[in-house]
Amino acid sequence: MSSFWSWFIIILTVANVAAAIWLMQANTKRAPGETDTTGHKWDGDLEEFNNPLPRWWLILFYVTVVFSVGYLTLYPGLGSFAGTTGWSQVGQYEEQMAAAEEKYAAFYERFAGMELAAIAADQDAMRAAGNIFGNRCAQCHGSDGRGAVGFPNLTDDAWQWGSTPDALLASIGNGRNGAMPPMGAAVGGDEAIDEVVAYVRSLSGLEAQADKAAAGQQRFATVCAACHGPDAKGNPMLGAPNLTDDSWRYGSSVEDIRYSIVNGRSNQMPAQLDALGEDRVRLMAAYVLQLSGSTGE
Amino acid sequence: MKHEIVERKIGLMGVLIVVVISIGGLVEITPLLFSSQVRDAAPGIEPYSAMELAGRDVYIREGCYNCHSQMIRPFRSETERYGHYSLAGESVYDRPFQFGSKRTGPDLARVGGRYADAWHRVHLMNPRDVVPESNMPGYPWLAESDVDGRATVERMLALRVLGHPYTDEQIASAEKDVAGATEMDALIAYLQGLGTNLQGRR
Repeated sequence: MSSFWSWFIIILTVANVAAAIWLMQANTKRAPGETDTTGHKWDGDLEEFNNPLPRWWLILFYVTVVFSVGYLTLYPGLGSFAGTTGWSQVGQYEEQMAAAEEKYAAFYERFAGMELAAIAADQDAMRAAGNIFGNRCAQCHGSDGRGAVGFPNLTDDAWQWGSTPDALLASIGNGRNGAMPPMGAAVGGDEAIDEVVAYVRSLSGLEAQADKAAAGQQRFATVCAACHGPDAKGNPMLGAPNLTDDSWRYGSSVEDIRYSIVNGRSNQMPAQLDALGEDRVRLMAAYVLQLSGSTGE
Repeated sequence: MKHEIVERKIGLMGVLIVVVISIGGLVEITPLLFSSQVRDAAPGIEPYSAMELAGRDVYIREGCYNCHSQMIRPFRSETERYGHYSLAGESVYDRPFQFGSKRTGPDLARVGGRYADAWHRVHLMNPRDVVPESNMPGYPWLAESDVDGRATVERMLALRVLGHPYTDEQIASAEKDVAGATEMDALIAYLQGLGTNLQGRR
């Protein structure tokens, strides 16, 4: 703040307080020669008293003046004058943060060298992780971790990107970009797509016409196997899901699978490292293991 | 001063009233109008792109500000949930600002990048598809109406008059930038940019 605006604020504020005091002083006592009525007369006999302000009210008013002087001395208010306590909003915030940092550093220190599986078995850690999950993860994965259409269920044992500690830490910390390109043209025509759909359904034991599925297997081997693997068990390096289990990200109906093949699917897991920091990312990786009942191998 | 004088001269009374009620504003508002911290863009803050600007208009039209604030206060309880507290210099290109005053839903000042585009799409169509507990209404019609490119250009021209540093190239390409985009695309572009540009934040 420039000194001009500082003085502008100081002068106006002080003058305002002084003027308020003067106004009260000037109206507390009757001036010489004033009578106890204001001199108006309405309707023949209605008069208005000219009484000074009641003492109790005046005292309350002077209390507010004393308060304002005290406040402006202790806290920032008068231009660039910072107040004798040195209080500031950002200063208070930094203090809060430093106090919390100290408190939680002690908590997270315990888990620094621990295996994820050991953290997953720690009740305190999982309680803290549950709170973080509610704030940052539940919007997509659901408050119970069961996910939604398009968003992974974390409570089953299907792992699109792998369940090793490194894979989990990378998924949470750096995020993931999952993209299945539109494959309609590559598979070739409506009938061919129907056949691949039948094969994909047959892989996980869903109802499908056997002859169609057999034809679909040929097409799968030439097109889809590049990512999903010849045995259709997926590839965690590419984030290509296992198609032989009963976990379905986008639904298992003929229409849903058809849509996935024709239009492709893409989604992202946003990176959490910047927001959470390494300690909390580790805790969350352990929490994800605990949700799935897995030990991470 | 005698009451009589003030009470009999209504013009004088008017002037004195104006003086008394101006003091607060003069002290608290006028110095800010000349403060660079409030007037100048914070490091990294640029005017909204054509797409974001179109999305911002959808945000305002649909009344998102009624339930969502865009103002993270400097308390730990807020910054832990939403990210670094909001700075005055982040809102210089917000006309009108979207601080809001009520949080039926969460604060959106730094929602950019927090969720995937695909999440926003599902969530805007029907929030309960991803968040079963949500009481936010769905906005499915946004996916069916296209952004008006001409109106976007005109808005950018109007904002340039008000001092937003749009270049001629930005305005020339604006109509092309939003061509074919639905209002939902624009709104998602706006949301994904919110709060992400400030440099040097935690």
